[in-house]
Amino acid sequence: MNPVRRPTMLIGLAAFSYAFLYFPIVILVLYSFNRDGVGGFPPRHLTFEWYRALFADASMWSAIGNSVIVALAAVVISILIGFPAAYALDRYSFPGKAAFRRFILLPLIVPGVITGISLLLLVVSAGIHLSLVTVALGHATALTAVATTEIFAGFSRLDRSYEEASADLGASGLQTLRRIILPLMRTSLLGTALLVFTLSMDEIAVTFFLIGRENTLPLEIWSRLRRGATPEMNAISTLIFVFSVVTIFISQRLITDRETDLSPTPEISGAAQ
Amino acid sequence: MQPARRNALLATLPPFVWIALFLFLPYCLLFCYSFWSLSEFQQILHHPALANYAHLFSNPLYLTVILRSLRIAFSVVGLSLLIGYPLAFFLVFHAGRRRYLLYQAVIIPLWVSYLVRAYAWKVIFGNEGVFNTLLLWSHAASHPLSFLLYSPFAVIVTLTHIYVPFVVLPVVASLEKIPRELIESSSDLGARPGQTFLRVILPLSLPGVISGATFALLLSFGDFLAPLLLGGPSSVMIANIVANLFGADYNWPLGAAVAVVIMVMVVVILTVTQRLEKRWRTA
Repeated sequence: MNPVRRPTMLIGLAAFSYAFLYFPIVILVLYSFNRDGVGGFPPRHLTFEWYRALFADASMWSAIGNSVIVALAAVVISILIGFPAAYALDRYSFPGKAAFRRFILLPLIVPGVITGISLLLLVVSAGIHLSLVTVALGHATALTAVATTEIFAGFSRLDRSYEEASADLGASGLQTLRRIILPLMRTSLLGTALLVFTLSMDEIAVTFFLIGRENTLPLEIWSRLRRGATPEMNAISTLIFVFSVVTIFISQRLITDRETDLSPTPEISGAAQ
Repeated sequence: MQPARRNALLATLPPFVWIALFLFLPYCLLFCYSFWSLSEFQQILHHPALANYAHLFSNPLYLTVILRSLRIAFSVVGLSLLIGYPLAFFLVFHAGRRRYLLYQAVIIPLWVSYLVRAYAWKVIFGNEGVFNTLLLWSHAASHPLSFLLYSPFAVIVTLTHIYVPFVVLPVVASLEKIPRELIESSSDLGARPGQTFLRVILPLSLPGVISGATFALLLSFGDFLAPLLLGGPSSVMIANIVANLFGADYNWPLGAAVAVVIMVMVVVILTVTQRLEKRWRTA
């Protein structure tokens, strides 16, 4: 049955891979409680000092607030665009469909620096000042690709006969959308929203070029990291990690049937062809 | 107009306008900028010329940096496959009852902030970091190994850490698609496990490998954050040059030309890998 009879070596390799994936995360969490900061091994003198410093840090909190606003805007826009785009890709054939698909998915594989600067050129040419609005625009553009692949996956699992029955029974397109399609797509849309939200909270490359005077959380962290390592960074990183893990568990509860769809990669090659 | 046609138009129009405004137009602008230039007074001159490209191709610095970026990106892909393939293989064939949990454990790091992970490696590789303190503490070394941080090595390890899950997931997907009967009949026909792996499993999992590797290759090729955070002058990548030209070095037209070169390389790499994948699927 098993392609390899004695998988001892394989188990060893897999264990190494997991160790590699989790080693930095463990270190980070450990050192966020270390009184001497990031230096010294092994960590000693447990302290909550860095967390206390973090909670008293006003600019960090305003950055978190900015990030949440931007992320919410990115979620709304990327779903408003991604939903009809995914529907069109799944259900209709129209001239230029291949190019349409290619373009909308491009930000998935084009480095963020390119998306960032080309949007910067657009914004500057239009005479718009850089602000959180331009950042939200950048996130929406980059993440609409993610939203489209995720919602597309949802549509391809959706049984079309419900819609056909609805139309046969005399419902208008809008009624079918509101009463049939949206309720059936609810978990897929929620999952997409969570994914886009998390990715937006972590976006740096595009933000880098579109940021005005107000920082988002990753850029605030970034500007401090550039000045040098502080243990406070370990504390915020640990909190972000805990927050991410909690978010995944919530989303897993919401989306029980989507085991393998968390990564956009499997669909890229198929979608971009 | 028929209702079906009207619906199709309603569904395609908003994304179409969005694409035109925020993807197509910006890329066109990028292309235009790459032919413009800067005046002595730092103003953008809208006279199309090939000066930027001439500069790019005559100055060996750019070629060096592009080659270095490719080298770093291919190292990341190689390492990610070395770490990710056995993991995917284990998950599909040997993980047993805890499979779902172990699969989730590959995805979780994907949700941990990029910066957080890059920063963790900085803590690990720094002069007073975990690695060096451990070496000094155990008397394995008398001085901290300062080449760890601020080197292409640190950049490669960090990017590998980020892209391993992106390689594992598509490989798992393609390993799962292999019919178990094929593997069984291979061993029934007397193939040793190694032969079954090399002649049956590995070739059939190649589409997943190609798809994951392409993703890791393109995104690590265009990364500029890891080199900024963990790399020294010896690990400046091509996207750093773009970022600098759009920042402190202020020369947008030249920056746009470098960006166009990156874009062309991305499209070329993507076309090649898609050809490879298609050929593999039909062969």
